[in-house]
Amino acid sequence: MRKKLQNTTSKLWALAAVAALLAVWQIACSTGMISKFMLPSPVDVVKAFIGDFPLLMENLKVTLIEAFLGLAIGVALGFVMAAAMDRFDRLYQALYPLVILTQTIPTVAIAPLLVLWFGYEMTPKVILIVIVTFFPITVSLLDGFRSADVDTMNLLRSMGATRLQVFRYVKLPGSLGAFFSSLRISVSYAVVGAVISEWLGGFSGLGVYMTKVKKAFSFDKMFAVIFLISGISLFLMWLVDVLQKKCMPWEDKK
Amino acid sequence: MAELTVSNVTKSFDGVEIIKDVSIHLRDGELVSLLGASGGGKTTLFNVISGLQLPDQGKILMDGEDITGKPGKISYMLQKDLLLPYRTIEDNVALPLLIKGEKKKAAREKVRPYFEEFGLEGTQKKYPGQLSGGMRQRAALLRTYMFSEKIALLDEPFSALDTLTKSAIHQWYLGIMEQIHLSTLFVTHDIDEAVFLSDRIYLLTGKPGRITDEIVVREERPRREEFRVSGAFLEYKKEILKKL
Repeated sequence: MRKKLQNTTSKLWALAAVAALLAVWQIACSTGMISKFMLPSPVDVVKAFIGDFPLLMENLKVTLIEAFLGLAIGVALGFVMAAAMDRFDRLYQALYPLVILTQTIPTVAIAPLLVLWFGYEMTPKVILIVIVTFFPITVSLLDGFRSADVDTMNLLRSMGATRLQVFRYVKLPGSLGAFFSSLRISVSYAVVGAVISEWLGGFSGLGVYMTKVKKAFSFDKMFAVIFLISGISLFLMWLVDVLQKKCMPWEDKK
Repeated sequence: MAELTVSNVTKSFDGVEIIKDVSIHLRDGELVSLLGASGGGKTTLFNVISGLQLPDQGKILMDGEDITGKPGKISYMLQKDLLLPYRTIEDNVALPLLIKGEKKKAAREKVRPYFEEFGLEGTQKKYPGQLSGGMRQRAALLRTYMFSEKIALLDEPFSALDTLTKSAIHQWYLGIMEQIHLSTLFVTHDIDEAVFLSDRIYLLTGKPGRITDEIVVREERPRREEFRVSGAFLEYKKEILKKL
């Protein structure tokens, strides 16, 4: 109860800070301290958002589909890789450096290449998202699997548990916490990854919308789409939190 | 019938002998303690008995059957309860049955009647994090029991508990052992605990660890708390201290 109360008050402070920031921004714009051409006021942004709402939603749909597809494949790939590397030491030694290597590739550099190879449709976007999202999942799951308690695993083995059973009863549930932390990261990577790859070539999606409004110097629309993207990311991270609470009920009951 | 015989077991790691020529036996319904300093090879011996490690020499027999190096026959319980934090008590206790291939529902059904006997009523749907240390050890013991109902290997199971909880759980353990007809091999470094609980005490000393003595505690069961402060108790303690 007390914790809940503290939580609400700390949220209140955060909300107050955001409100204050918006107020300062609005005042700076409406008093003419900053020219309207350089920075649209919050009210302008909201107006742009409402005005372009149908178009934004249409593009959002495309971006979200890419993000979800990429994330789903990334998570599946991450899980398989982590499980395989945990099971076979040689595979771990062979693949781990490669996995790290994929993360040193600048996304912005390979996105155009992917477009050249796979066209302007969804495929290159999904591939890019897979590349950025599978990494945190693989690394955290692998870490979770490998740090499973030796005594507990021995106890299960003394009960005659097979390797698969040890995995199912100890390693897998034991790494759920780490998995959800990495999923939270991956979700925001997925959305940003989708936008970046659309930016660099495509027909629809929020990234494409962004390049169009930028060329038209419609900064109000630009801000509208930026807020939409961060709003969506926040919402998805919140969804992950909800999912985590559902999947890990014991964490709540300590 | 539940008898355990450990005959002439020697085990070494990296060329260093940890235990040498250890022979002990456990008769039906007996509580036998293995007393020795920490790091004296008690845990190694347990790993060999439970089949997790193969001895260099020697054999483990349960009711005449050779179970050397075969896990899945005898389970053990440690000082750490090792309950899985993400499973309810009920599902923790049912785990050995699930490992043996029983269906979840049937396994839960099977463990239910024991909760009362083990003083765990009402904890079925709770998580280990919600239970006190003493309750968790009971749950861990019930899990061990669900795995092998005849012989329990206990490795300092109560040493993390405070004195009051400890003496309560001693009484409880002796009671439950009688009730469910369990033979127990008990590892401890606590002399008081060994004397109070045991029918016989083996002393495991030296490097490599050998069985250097066997002490029979001829105190009737059920044992009362007064035994702890009696002259006889002190005599046993003296004898052990001298021999260690």
